[in-house]
Amino acid sequence: MTDFKQPLALRHVLWLTVSLAMVAAPHAWRVPWWVIALVATLAAWRAYVSYARLPLPSRWLLLAIVIIATIGIYLHYRTIFGRDAGVALLVLMLGLKLLEMRSLRDAMLLILLGYFLVITNFLYSQTIPTALYMLACVWVITATMLTLHHARDEPPFHRQLRVSGVLLAQSVPLMLVLFLLFPRVSGPLWGLPQDAFAGVSGLSETMTPGSVSNLILSDAVAFRVRFDSAIPQPKHLYWRGPVMTDFDGVSWSASRFLYGTPEFTASGTPVTYEVTLEPHNKRWMFALDLPAKTVPRALTGADFQIRSFDPVANRVRYDMASFLDYTYGAGESPAALRRALRLPPGFNPRAVALGRSLRQKSADDRALVREVLAMFRNQNFFYTLSPPPLGQHSVDDFLFGTRSGFCEYYASAFAVLMRAAGIPSRIVTGYLGGEVNQLGNYLIVRQADAHAWTEVWFRDTGWVRVDPTAAVSPLRVESGISAAVPRSDPLPLLVRGDFELLRQLRFTWDLMANTWNQWVLGYTPERQRRLLTSVGIDDATWYLLTMLMLSLAAVIVIVLSAFMLRRLKARVRDPARIAYLKFCEKLRAKGIPREPAEGPLDYARRLARVRPDLAAAVAAITQLYVALRYGAHASGAALREFQQRVSRFTA
Amino acid sequence: MYAALKNHFTNWLFQLRGPQTGVIVLGQRRVFILPTRQGMTFAAVLLMMLTGSINYNLSLGFILTFLLGAMGVNAMVYTFRNMANLRIAGGRARPVFAGDTAHFIVHVDNSGRTHRYAIGLTHDRKESVFVDVPPRTTVATAVGILARRRGILRPGRLTLFTRFPLGLFYAWSYLELDMRCVVYPRPASPGLPLPPATTSAGAGAERGQGQEDFSGLRQYHLGDSPRHIAWKAAARDQGLLTKQFTGRADTELWLDWSALPVGMGVEERLSQLARWVLDAHAAELSFGLRLPGETIEMAMGHAQRDRCLEALALFGSDDVKA
Repeated sequence: MTDFKQPLALRHVLWLTVSLAMVAAPHAWRVPWWVIALVATLAAWRAYVSYARLPLPSRWLLLAIVIIATIGIYLHYRTIFGRDAGVALLVLMLGLKLLEMRSLRDAMLLILLGYFLVITNFLYSQTIPTALYMLACVWVITATMLTLHHARDEPPFHRQLRVSGVLLAQSVPLMLVLFLLFPRVSGPLWGLPQDAFAGVSGLSETMTPGSVSNLILSDAVAFRVRFDSAIPQPKHLYWRGPVMTDFDGVSWSASRFLYGTPEFTASGTPVTYEVTLEPHNKRWMFALDLPAKTVPRALTGADFQIRSFDPVANRVRYDMASFLDYTYGAGESPAALRRALRLPPGFNPRAVALGRSLRQKSADDRALVREVLAMFRNQNFFYTLSPPPLGQHSVDDFLFGTRSGFCEYYASAFAVLMRAAGIPSRIVTGYLGGEVNQLGNYLIVRQADAHAWTEVWFRDTGWVRVDPTAAVSPLRVESGISAAVPRSDPLPLLVRGDFELLRQLRFTWDLMANTWNQWVLGYTPERQRRLLTSVGIDDATWYLLTMLMLSLAAVIVIVLSAFMLRRLKARVRDPARIAYLKFCEKLRAKGIPREPAEGPLDYARRLARVRPDLAAAVAAITQLYVALRYGAHASGAALREFQQRVSRFTA
Repeated sequence: MYAALKNHFTNWLFQLRGPQTGVIVLGQRRVFILPTRQGMTFAAVLLMMLTGSINYNLSLGFILTFLLGAMGVNAMVYTFRNMANLRIAGGRARPVFAGDTAHFIVHVDNSGRTHRYAIGLTHDRKESVFVDVPPRTTVATAVGILARRRGILRPGRLTLFTRFPLGLFYAWSYLELDMRCVVYPRPASPGLPLPPATTSAGAGAERGQGQEDFSGLRQYHLGDSPRHIAWKAAARDQGLLTKQFTGRADTELWLDWSALPVGMGVEERLSQLARWVLDAHAAELSFGLRLPGETIEMAMGHAQRDRCLEALALFGSDDVKA
């Protein structure tokens, strides 16, 4: 089957269909169901056509299917471009090409399409299981490709699998060199489609009741932190994210712009650490309260929000330092303070009234804060993941009605009460706590650790963190989310830590995932530069990188070629024959080569004729050789003597 | 001038030095390799994948692209290896009639320890024959060439090639083997009856070989008609014996160039003579052939038939028998 125009055999069609189905399978959940049904029908049709040796359907029919299905995809996605629609189209074309596949040439095109389809899977998932599965797909596709290029006697498929496995394994060294040294550029070459990051979860710029508790249900990793020294106590692990000052009665929202410069006074030594942030397609970057360091390509405002210049579309790593003991914001601008006191008219009248009455009772801001926290603690407030729904006056409903809620309910209610009492306050969202992976000695912070707390402003000390949730559920701060919510509440399995074995497995898995992220997925230009620095190349230019890559690649190809081409010639194993060939070589150098059809005895006779001076030596060697090769008893001593005679022999 | 230069360059590049006798070893300098059209498409797809990986910052995309790229480079070495160090020797080619296909046997010897798959042989890049050559094995393959004219047919420049394993690369070697095939003239359509046999002078003096009367057995010689083998004797384990017959009269059938009608052209005459040779052989007659400048003495059997046909094939040419 090496003729380009020969029709394909049934088994080739089957293997092609199987390998393409393998690659397309993960897309089955991503494209509309009717595309999958159509493609499955087309594949079955193709297999039947091959089986029954029927002619392939006419091109007009296929063209009609293409047009109708493309319209269908357009109607489904309202576009035929972008990631999702593109993948749906690609899967569809694959099915149609199967039915249009007549010869080896078409089959090769499908194989290449299959490879391309592998990469589209990475647009959705780049986890270790995906990588392994796709590797298996590439393996099978390559084996299919091998099958196509065999002559009539085709080895069974498992042999092809072995050969393709060897082929791929031999490609790994070159792949590694290219991967590590190929000059990387960061950022997209052109605009990414709108849907490139659909379904990425994380904190958003607004907070409504329920928005954080939705996140709690996800055990996706938000970021990982490696501390240079000991991990601080849980009560300090407030990871600061979006700061929300504006309240419209329903939701809190972060300002679109940063203002001011970060100023603080701090005591003690800062904790230093490295954060590896998962992509969340927003600009927030997280740091422990209070971040004391700037991040490259990001800005820090007076409210200590760190915002990246671009949405975090890839995993980023940054070094950070934080002071745990600090004061800041005593000289806050009057405009900012006015903003932190604003309440929308017509919302939450009872809460506002409560705040005002509290103000009348006490003139001291700190006493007032304590009183509200005591109210949360002593009255019947519950901390739960599944609170009852709230009405239009969400804070009123919560404070005087349901009294059960999650951190954002408490934060929101607290901030509203503070503002009503004339104390500037705002909401800070972020994460609280994290889980220590003992195996890798780093902290995993998940979406489930999302948290919201408040900051209030005192005239003397500036902004101070107050976490009303801590008043209701001290466990949330001290022991993490799984201890704080009731057992009946839905929490992701990974966040609950009930079984020790499960925990260990989970940590091992996360360690693997982290290593994978750091070295495979997070192999950024910075990481490349760091790697090169560690081997002594300090400022690697593109030119240098390319030269380095090409020369290493050349070395690998040469070594591989030498390895592969070494078994082409017949190898002589018999030591007697080796020695005899050496003897012949000596004579050949003197211009008396042995003819191809000349046996040792004939050769010796001819030598005796042309070089009578050598006759005795030649006769002895030939006699020994004949005895060793053809004699019944070949002893080691005879072999040694033969070898010595040959090495002493000079023509 | 340009054509001459190009020709010279091609001859130098591909080491074309005219037909070679003996064994051709496909060393490094003899095997050439280029990407196929599929290989080019593969490269284009890889380039697309690389651009996509850069744009979407897909680390696994990079890995896949580089893995496949490395596999492509690897496949080149594999394709080269599939051809390298094969030893090629030209074999026999059985004579054919003009208009038939001559099959030139080519022996492909793999003395190494790697299996060679799907080695193709072609003379015109259209029709190819593929063989697998297991380690330490010699495999005979054949290239079929249409014999258009009588005479000596040489295969010319053959191409031994392979696209194994992935079809991304095409490795080939030009073989100019010293092989020849005798092409007999195409026999004329039956019609003209055999010329009358003449009875030799001195009737009854000698008894030549004939067809009619059984006269005894003799040892079988190569070329004796199987019809005359004494199969009963053979069945009794007496070895192969040929039954001998004597003609009542010694008939001499001479197929004579000059006996043909005057108006016939050279090739027509040769065709007609070839037809007669076949007819006379089929009739198991003893016959001789007279051509201008060449005479083939009276005899019968396969050997005589072949001798006569070859004389007809080579008539008027400088070629000597292979």
